[in-house]
Amino acid sequence: MNISPFFKVAITVIGIITVNIVSAQSENMVTVQGGTYIPLYGVDSTAVTVETFSMDIYPVTNREYLQFVLEYPEWKKSKVKRLFADGNYLVNWESDNSFGNQLAADAAVTNVSWFAAKKYCECQGKRLPTVDEWEYAAMADKSNPDARKKESYNQLILDWYEAPKTFNNSIGSTFKNYWGIYDLHGLVWEWTMDFNSVLISGESRKDVDKDSNLFCGSAAVGASDLMNYAAFMRYAFRGSLKANYAIRNLGFRCVQAKGKNNKNVTY
Amino acid sequence: MKKILHAGLICFLAIHLIGCNTKNSTKTTAEKYQCPMHCEGDKTYDKPGTCGVCKMDLQLLALNSKKEGEISDMSIYNLPSKWTNQNNGEIQLKSLKGDVLVMVMIYTSCQTACPRLVADMRGIEEQIPEDKKDQVTLVFVSIDPETDTPQRLKEFAQENQMDSEKWVFLRGSEADTREFSAVLAVNYKKISPMDFSHSNIISVFDQEGELAYQQEGLGVNNKETVSKIMELVN
Repeated sequence: MNISPFFKVAITVIGIITVNIVSAQSENMVTVQGGTYIPLYGVDSTAVTVETFSMDIYPVTNREYLQFVLEYPEWKKSKVKRLFADGNYLVNWESDNSFGNQLAADAAVTNVSWFAAKKYCECQGKRLPTVDEWEYAAMADKSNPDARKKESYNQLILDWYEAPKTFNNSIGSTFKNYWGIYDLHGLVWEWTMDFNSVLISGESRKDVDKDSNLFCGSAAVGASDLMNYAAFMRYAFRGSLKANYAIRNLGFRCVQAKGKNNKNVTY
Repeated sequence: MKKILHAGLICFLAIHLIGCNTKNSTKTTAEKYQCPMHCEGDKTYDKPGTCGVCKMDLQLLALNSKKEGEISDMSIYNLPSKWTNQNNGEIQLKSLKGDVLVMVMIYTSCQTACPRLVADMRGIEEQIPEDKKDQVTLVFVSIDPETDTPQRLKEFAQENQMDSEKWVFLRGSEADTREFSAVLAVNYKKISPMDFSHSNIISVFDQEGELAYQQEGLGVNNKETVSKIMELVN
């Protein structure tokens, strides 16, 4: 082995560049291989194709979000415009510049609106996942990309829905799924880019009475998988949201499309 | 070879540095440009170009836009999105400021609900007295910007005898449309290549761009909507 010094330098430089590219594009992200699945509510209840994308391994934390508001002061608790976030925005944060000691630094940030979540992702060069992308990634359990038929998978999620105050648990405290993603189930609910594509309560919203539509049974008739009660709860929850709502158990994570402009998503 | 690699590395690092974090705003008195998505906060540029983060074209900031008439917290004029109207002109919502706005989201190839929403809009417009008409602008926002080109919107306006200044037809990017629908609490989803399902909501905004009233449903009694508009223009 007689490697010349020149090659050593060259290899080192290439190494640095490679590491740089990887960290720039997907630090703490993993690839979710695209595929086709039938969502609970789809386009004419047919299969939906999801392109390959990368997703944050963990939800965005209080610590990360604090960094964001320090850089973009217009998103501080007292500065944010009401159009973009209601009065519950960061309501449990101690102040503009601190989340205090009641909230864990490595717990998922919650009480953030859709606008805030969307903005956060944009500033990382990412975007919010679509409902289809989120559901596609989240139907995996530890060993299968699609575990929706497994009783243990559904039970786990439903157990979480019953567990109180999981929002302050540390990220990474639930299972790592098939794609290498943590906490899609078990800590907080998450914003999606097109959360308002859910038309669960009819066209006019006339029949919507505040939060009672959360468990409206009639909407389940359109569901493609009646067994998937947990997914139904998520769709119902999304259908009840407005973009400036900031809710205690609702956080977010970001995704990046592969080789595509992250702005122009086809919903 | 070594030099090339070094040059490459330097270039790469340079690119790396232009990110969301650069916050030094240049201070000049001339024209200012800003990322339409505000990816870099309030950072401004003194030359046209593209945003370092989202690569969208920088937009020219209206002079004194912040000084004259502060935009209130709940105003839709806080939205930075750019739209194209039926005359292929580029506008920001802000340019509609001062009028009472009646807004609805539709798509022109829609066969069922939209013609009725259009009729509802016409019904509202007819009830505004002649001397108040110039204070009200009626706006249609397309939820299908792919199909609804400015030309298509123009034809639609002509077909419906709505090709005058007080009727505005807008299309924007998919992301901006989604954001706008979020503000209006209008839900929509593409259900087939040609069709969308969507909420039927007509929204009234006051002169400052704050939501004043929403009428939900099709062919509903528009008495309250009209009285709200009258209240605002008087």
